Amino acid sequence: MIKLLMGNEAIALGAIKSGVRVVSGYPGTPSTEILETVAKNNDGSIYVEWSVNEKTAMEVAAGAAYSGARTMVTMKQVGLNVASDPLMSLAYIGVKGGMVIVVADDPGPLSSQTEQDTRHFAKFSNLPVLDPSTPEEAYEMVQAAFELSEQVGLPVFLRPTTRICHACSSIDISDSREEHIPSGFEKDSRWVIFPQLSYRRHIEIEKIQVALSLIFSKSPFNTVSGKGSLGIAGSGIAWSYAQDVINDLGLNVKTFKVGTPYPFPVKLAESFLEGLDRVLVLEELDPVVEEALLEIAGSKGLRISISGKKNGATPYAGEFSYELVHKAISDFAALPGADINEPAIPPLPSRPPVLCAGCPHRASFYAVKKAMKGQKAVFTGDIGCYTLGNAKPLNMVDTCLCMGASVSVAQGIKRVEPDTRLFAFIGDSTFFHTGIPGVINAVYNQTDIVLVVLDNSTTAMTGHQPHPGTAKTMMGNVSEKIDIEGLLRSIGVKWVQKINPFDQKAAITAVKEASNVKGVSAIIFEAPCIALVKKPEPLRVDSHICRACGLCIREIGCPSMILKEDGKVQIEPSTCYACGLCSSICPFGAIGGMNHEG
Amino acid sequence: MKADILIAGVGGQGQILASRLIGAAAILEGYTVRTGETIGMSQRGGSVVSHVRIGGESKSATIPFGQADLMIGFELCETVRNIKRLSENGRLIVNTQRINPVTVSLGMDEYDTNAMEDALKKTTSNLIMLDGYSLAHQAGSFKAVNVVLLGAAVGAGYLPLSRDSFIKAIEEIMPQRFHNLNYAAFDSGHDLAGRIIAKNTE
Repeated sequence: MIKLLMGNEAIALGAIKSGVRVVSGYPGTPSTEILETVAKNNDGSIYVEWSVNEKTAMEVAAGAAYSGARTMVTMKQVGLNVASDPLMSLAYIGVKGGMVIVVADDPGPLSSQTEQDTRHFAKFSNLPVLDPSTPEEAYEMVQAAFELSEQVGLPVFLRPTTRICHACSSIDISDSREEHIPSGFEKDSRWVIFPQLSYRRHIEIEKIQVALSLIFSKSPFNTVSGKGSLGIAGSGIAWSYAQDVINDLGLNVKTFKVGTPYPFPVKLAESFLEGLDRVLVLEELDPVVEEALLEIAGSKGLRISISGKKNGATPYAGEFSYELVHKAISDFAALPGADINEPAIPPLPSRPPVLCAGCPHRASFYAVKKAMKGQKAVFTGDIGCYTLGNAKPLNMVDTCLCMGASVSVAQGIKRVEPDTRLFAFIGDSTFFHTGIPGVINAVYNQTDIVLVVLDNSTTAMTGHQPHPGTAKTMMGNVSEKIDIEGLLRSIGVKWVQKINPFDQKAAITAVKEASNVKGVSAIIFEAPCIALVKKPEPLRVDSHICRACGLCIREIGCPSMILKEDGKVQIEPSTCYACGLCSSICPFGAIGGMNHEG
Repeated sequence: MKADILIAGVGGQGQILASRLIGAAAILEGYTVRTGETIGMSQRGGSVVSHVRIGGESKSATIPFGQADLMIGFELCETVRNIKRLSENGRLIVNTQRINPVTVSLGMDEYDTNAMEDALKKTTSNLIMLDGYSLAHQAGSFKAVNVVLLGAAVGAGYLPLSRDSFIKAIEEIMPQRFHNLNYAAFDSGHDLAGRIIAKNTE
């Protein structure tokens, strides 16, 4: 049956077809839909969980794979940093059931902290990696990855990038499903990592690398075609652009499509390099394929000029495009560049992403801002929708580093600036992910910080996944809700208050009080993400009362508020959630419910 | 048949659903489809662009500059922002709705409607501007603006897929309780664009 599938959906359906039994992960753009699609298409025989973080997810998957089940773990590239501890050891221990580690990279980056390249992690951990160039190839690769994992007894990486994850293709999918009954966990010393075992395994692993390189030289995911003295090698989405450009230019070149960047298919690469004078390598992020080719050319003493990132032919940073690849190939083949006739356009306003109209985070930030007006305060932020609190006019995020860092970075600043009040903002899902150890650290070391938990009862940024504080799991059953307040009290935070941020008066009072507490104090701002509630009737501005002072817009920058030509304010009814924050700011009482005159 | 279609708008306007509907309709008519979009950060009121490629041999979903056969602009400023991907004198449907970015409300940037409309008129003569927001509202929900615009593209003869295929795609993809609303939305765009084209050729 032919279906239009997103790369992430294709990966999920490929895994189901391969008989996957356990799937774990932590949400992160662009990887999130993989696990969600498995859950949506689960016939009941697959265990699917959102884990509390990527390290946990990796370990859950490892345990299942020890027990002979085909397992998959999903995350984004920075999630792999969190999971790198189990990853590195797992490469030594190995697996029994096939284990696929799907890590989505994000060249650009479009929604990530870094442009790190997971292919390095594959090389670092000595684990094979498959790098799809289209969603349909991702569908094939995930199935091959399970086979390969069982063949060599190691986890296998599948590393799609954003343009694969979030692109759709019409794919011919099969409803059939392989049956893989787990053999169960068998007690054996091979599961217990010890220095002696690690040494022995290290010798084995290096042998497997050589074997894998040979296997990959015959893999259908790596192909050499065409002839001539010019060669173009590519991987991932860059290879897809390259194919389109080569076709459009009608170019006759020898090509090398690399679907398995590590271990590198050396034998096949040698047949590609044979007879070439010059090579252009096209790959996003780091020069992994380029370095592999340079190494082969060097060790074989070949006189070939290899172009790529190292000679500036293509950039390291940012994602590739058809246009970028077109220029790189045209330059390489000494063809004239394309004449692009760009239409003249007037200056356009920028449109950065913003907190939604009615978002409770806006009210939380505003309350803290009001309460700390005129005080020396630093606001450390974290990863989630609330990172957008950095934008004008709120300006309430002074730092953002990685998941959970708000809590610990605040402590470091406090130790250098004892006179400054430190507020650490963290969302509910991020708090459970890696926020808790930082709070324990502050309590233990008696550091004065105010922890502000922005609890909107969901993992909002990635599309509303459940977490330990929501009493729901990915399997849908109700679990024991983990109470953030109770947890904070149990680890020694004595001053904790739960407040609805839209009650601005109470919120401001609480913030002031919390900022004077010795040690760690905590405010939990509780209000659900607006995407989870039914949209109420919008508010309206009474234009007879509005004095066109613009204070409401200047203070909170709500996207539903529009400045009319006469300087008065109007509320866009289709997006207003009637949160009332603007109405609490208006000094003239011009903003109210639907009965208010428009 | 080969058609490259670009959809540009503001996060929350339902562009992604629109691209899925085109994809499903194209598959029903036996074509291969690729779509690509930026989701994630851009959803929260930011710029969102969807690429839909029907038929053709391209391996990547992104439509190169100057190669879109049809562009459906869900919002004026976002249409202009992406107009460089439209082919020479390509077909263009524009929802005249203006969604002010916060940067404009805060006085940091300016939104010059006239200059934007002029730029579009200079780019192509195959242009239909319509108030999709009001049509969607009349059909029952402002959220149906995406389907109004798809209807307009088909009604204008700009999108070579049939109304029947879209009706089936709506059935296939959307929950049943929204079917009638979206049929009405599709037809309101379809009929208006059809009338505009008929008038232009008179």
